[in-house]
Amino acid sequence: MTQYLLNINPIAILVHAAIPLTIILVYALVAIWAERKVAGFIQDRLGPMRVGGWHGWAQSIADLLKLIQKEDIIPADSSRFLFKFAPFMMFAASYAAFAVIPFSSSYIGSNINIGVFYLLAVTSVLTLSIIMAGWASNNKWSLLGGMRSAAQLVSYEVPTIATVLTVIVVTGSLNLMTITEMQSGNDILGFLPNWLIFQNPFLLVAFVIFFISILAESHRVPFDLPESESELVAGYQTEYSGMRWAMFMLAEYADMLLLSLLGATLFFGGWNSPFGEFMSGPFWSFFWFMLKGLLLVFVMMWIRWTLPRYRVDQLMYICWSILIPLSFINLVLVALWEVIF
Amino acid sequence: MKTPEEIIEILQNRFTDEEWILESGQSGLPWIRVPANKIKEVSKILRDDAEFRFDTLMCLSGLHYSAEQELGVAYHLHSTSLKHSLALKVRVPEEKPEIPSVESIWKTADWHEREAWDMVGVQFTDHPDLRRILCPDDWEGYPLRKDYVPQEFYHGVPTGEKTVSEQND
Amino acid sequence: MIEAITDSGERREMTINMGPQHPSTHGVLRLELVLDGEVVKHVKPHIGYLHRCFEKYAEQMDDYAKVIPYTDRMDYVSAMNQEHGYVLAVERMLELEVPERVEYIRVIMAELQRIASHLLGIGAFGLDLGAFTPFLYLFIEREKILDIFEKASGARLLYNYMAVAGLMRDVHPEFKDEVADFVKTFRPKIKELDDLLSYNKIFVRRTANIGVLPVKVALNYAASGPVLRGSGFKWDLRKNDPYSIYDRFDFDIPVGSGEMGSLGDCWDRYIVRVKEMEQSLRIIEQALDGMPDEGDVMAAIPKRIRPKEGELYVRTESPRGELGYYIVSDKSASPFRVKARAPSFVHLSMLPAISKGALIADIVAIVGSIDIVLGEVDR
Repeated sequence: MTQYLLNINPIAILVHAAIPLTIILVYALVAIWAERKVAGFIQDRLGPMRVGGWHGWAQSIADLLKLIQKEDIIPADSSRFLFKFAPFMMFAASYAAFAVIPFSSSYIGSNINIGVFYLLAVTSVLTLSIIMAGWASNNKWSLLGGMRSAAQLVSYEVPTIATVLTVIVVTGSLNLMTITEMQSGNDILGFLPNWLIFQNPFLLVAFVIFFISILAESHRVPFDLPESESELVAGYQTEYSGMRWAMFMLAEYADMLLLSLLGATLFFGGWNSPFGEFMSGPFWSFFWFMLKGLLLVFVMMWIRWTLPRYRVDQLMYICWSILIPLSFINLVLVALWEVIF
Repeated sequence: MKTPEEIIEILQNRFTDEEWILESGQSGLPWIRVPANKIKEVSKILRDDAEFRFDTLMCLSGLHYSAEQELGVAYHLHSTSLKHSLALKVRVPEEKPEIPSVESIWKTADWHEREAWDMVGVQFTDHPDLRRILCPDDWEGYPLRKDYVPQEFYHGVPTGEKTVSEQND
Repeated sequence: MIEAITDSGERREMTINMGPQHPSTHGVLRLELVLDGEVVKHVKPHIGYLHRCFEKYAEQMDDYAKVIPYTDRMDYVSAMNQEHGYVLAVERMLELEVPERVEYIRVIMAELQRIASHLLGIGAFGLDLGAFTPFLYLFIEREKILDIFEKASGARLLYNYMAVAGLMRDVHPEFKDEVADFVKTFRPKIKELDDLLSYNKIFVRRTANIGVLPVKVALNYAASGPVLRGSGFKWDLRKNDPYSIYDRFDFDIPVGSGEMGSLGDCWDRYIVRVKEMEQSLRIIEQALDGMPDEGDVMAAIPKRIRPKEGELYVRTESPRGELGYYIVSDKSASPFRVKARAPSFVHLSMLPAISKGALIADIVAIVGSIDIVLGEVDR
C-alpha cells in the first residue's frame, strides 16, 4: 500500500481531479441558465434577459455571487457537524463518480475495469448524504424529504442496475471505455452507428426503463418528491441557505449530468461520432459525448416543465410493480437475443 | 315551497306553549323569533320534517344589540328540494348569552358558531370545540360588540392606541 | 421531534404544521397535521392570519357605499363578484332599479372575473401538483381579462368599479370589441388546457378518488359552487335563485360525473371549473348581444344612502360558491351589521371531514381543489 501511494504522481492526480471539476462547474453554470431559458421557452416567456447583456447569460454567475454573500444559517438544534457536512458529501459522491466516465477517446480519469460497478457504488452515497441533511436539519419537512428520498433512491437503484446489467450482458465488460470502444463503427443497416440502442430491440426497452429510473435517481419531475416544493416546502434543503444550499444545487446538476453521460455511454455510443470516422478524434469525441449527454439533460428539463408530479405511493408502485419486473424480464430477453443472433 | 307565514302557522300548531311571531323591519325580509331554549328542537324539525326540508344552513351570524343589551344570532336556512328560505333569530341577554348549538344538525354551523363566539361572544352550549377562530386564543373582548375597545397591548406588542372610530373623527 | 421518530415499541405519531407559510396553502393557512408516516390521521385547520376586520370596518363606515372597496379585499382574486353581491344587497334594501345597461355590464364583468378566478384556481391547482407550465399559460389569458378591467376601472386587482345603483364610470368605447375578441381567442385555449392538464395521466392519478365529498355531506356543510357541483348536485344560484338579469341567459350547469374515479373527487371539482369557463363565455356572448350601446350607468339616488330599518340576506354565485351578504340597517347612514358569508370559509371547514386517511400530497390536492382564498376565509 505504502509502495503504491509513493508511486502516485501528485500532479497527475491533481490534473485528473481538475478536469472533471472544471467540466462540472462550467456545465452547472450553463445548465442553470439553460434550465431557466428552457423553462421560459416552454412557458411562452423570455426567462432571464438582463444580466450580462446577451439573453442574460451571466445570470447564474450573478446568482452565485449572491449566494456567496448570504449568511450561512445553521439551525440552533441541528446536528451541527452532519448539517455542515451533508452538502459536501453529496457533491463528493457525484464528483467521485466522474472519475470513470470516458470523456473522450483519449481521456478517462481512471481506466479501471470495474468502472460501472464503481460508479453505481459511489453514487449510492448520495442517499446517505440526503438522509444526513434531512435528519440533521431538525426540521420535520426536511426529515420527510430525507425519508422519501431514501425510499426512492434505494428503490430506483434496482431497475437502474438491472438495465445497466443488460448492457453488460451484451458487451461483457464493466469498463466504460471498453463498452464505448465496442460501439464504434457504422455497420447496422449499412449506415446506422453501432450504438447499443440500435443493436438490439430489447436494449431500446432497457433504455426507456433506464431513463425513467435516472429521472427518479436525480430527483427530476415527475419524481421530484424529496424536494417537491408544494408539499414539503423544499424537502431536505429547507433549512439550508447560501453556499451550502448552492452545493446541493451543484450536486443535483452534477448528478443529472453524470447519469445522462452514463446513459450516453451505455446506449448511445459514448464519445463515438454518429458519422463513423468523420468528425472523430480526441476533441470531436469530447464534443459528441457532451452533446449526447446534454441532449439527455435537455429532455429531463423538457419533462420537468411539462408534467405534474407523482405521489409517493404511486412512485413506489411504478418502481416495484412495473419497472423492476419489466427490467428483469427484459434482461432475460436481451440475453436470449444475444444467444440466438 | 312555503312562505314564512305558512311556516310560522305550522310551528304554532306544533309548539302551542310558545307564541310565535314573525318579525320584520320596514324593508328587507322577515324572520321568525325563536326562544333560545327551543332553537335546537325547532332546527331539527325544520331540517327533517317533510313539510320543511331545510337541508342547508346558508349563514349564521352573531349580532350585538347594544341598546337592548342583548346578543342575537341569525340563522338563514334554505331548502334545496322545496326551494324555500327562512330566517330565524334568537336573542339572549348579554349577561347570560347561552344558545344551544345546532352543530349536530348542520355541520356547517361548527365554524359559523365559533366565529359568532369569537366576534360577539355568544356561548353555544354543547358545541364540540368552541374556540376562537379568527382572533388568537388569548385575545380579550369581542370585536364586533358595539362597545368594544381594543386591548392596547397584545403580548407586549402595541395594537394601535386609537380605535377605528377615533381615527375617523 | 427526535422523540417522535425514535419510537419505543408503541406507535407514535408526528404532528406537523403545514403553514402559515407554506407554498401550497394558498395564502396564510395553518393546517395542523397528525401524521403516521405520510398518512394523515387528522387535520385541524387554523385560520385568522389574514383577518382584517371587514365586518367591523363596515360598521364604522358612515356610508354604505364606502364598504365596497373593503368587499374587494375579501376575495381578492374575484373582486368584481364580491362587489356585485354587495351592491345587489344594498340595492335590494333600497328597492332600487338600476339601468339596463348597468345590469349587462355588471354581468359581463362578473363572468369575466369568474373566468379570471377559475384560471387562477386551476393554474394554482396544477402548481400544487407540480405542473408549473399550465399555470403560466393560464396567466397569459388572465392578463387579457385584467387588461380589460384596467381600461374600464383603472385597477387590475381591486377595482371598486360597481357602485350602489350603477357603476363608478362607463366602460371605454372599445369595450365590446375587446370582450368579443377575448371570447374568440379564449375558447380554443380551454381545449388546449384539457390536452395539457385535465386528461394528463399523472394529473388524473393524482386527483381521481382523492378527497371524495358525498352530496349528503356537502349539503350538510352547506357547500356551494363548484365544490357542490363537483359532487354531482345541479345547483347554481344564477339559475336556482336568479339575481340581476341571469334569468335572461341560456347556459348549462356543469356537474361532476365521477368519470375518472368516484363522484365528488378532486378531479370532478376541477373539471367543473373548466367547464364553467365555457358556460361563462356563452353568457358573455349573449350579454354582449343584448347590451344597449347607449344609456346611463348610474340611477338617480340621494347622495347619502339611508335604507329603511330592516335586514336581509342576499346571495350570489361567486366563482367559489355562494357569497352571501347579511345586512342589517338601523336607519342610520352606516350599516348596523354586515356579515359576509364566504364560500371559502364554509368549504375549508369541511377539510377535516374529507381528508381523513389521505397522504400529505393528497392534502395539497384537496386544498387546491376546493380553491380557497384566504382573504375571504378570514375577511
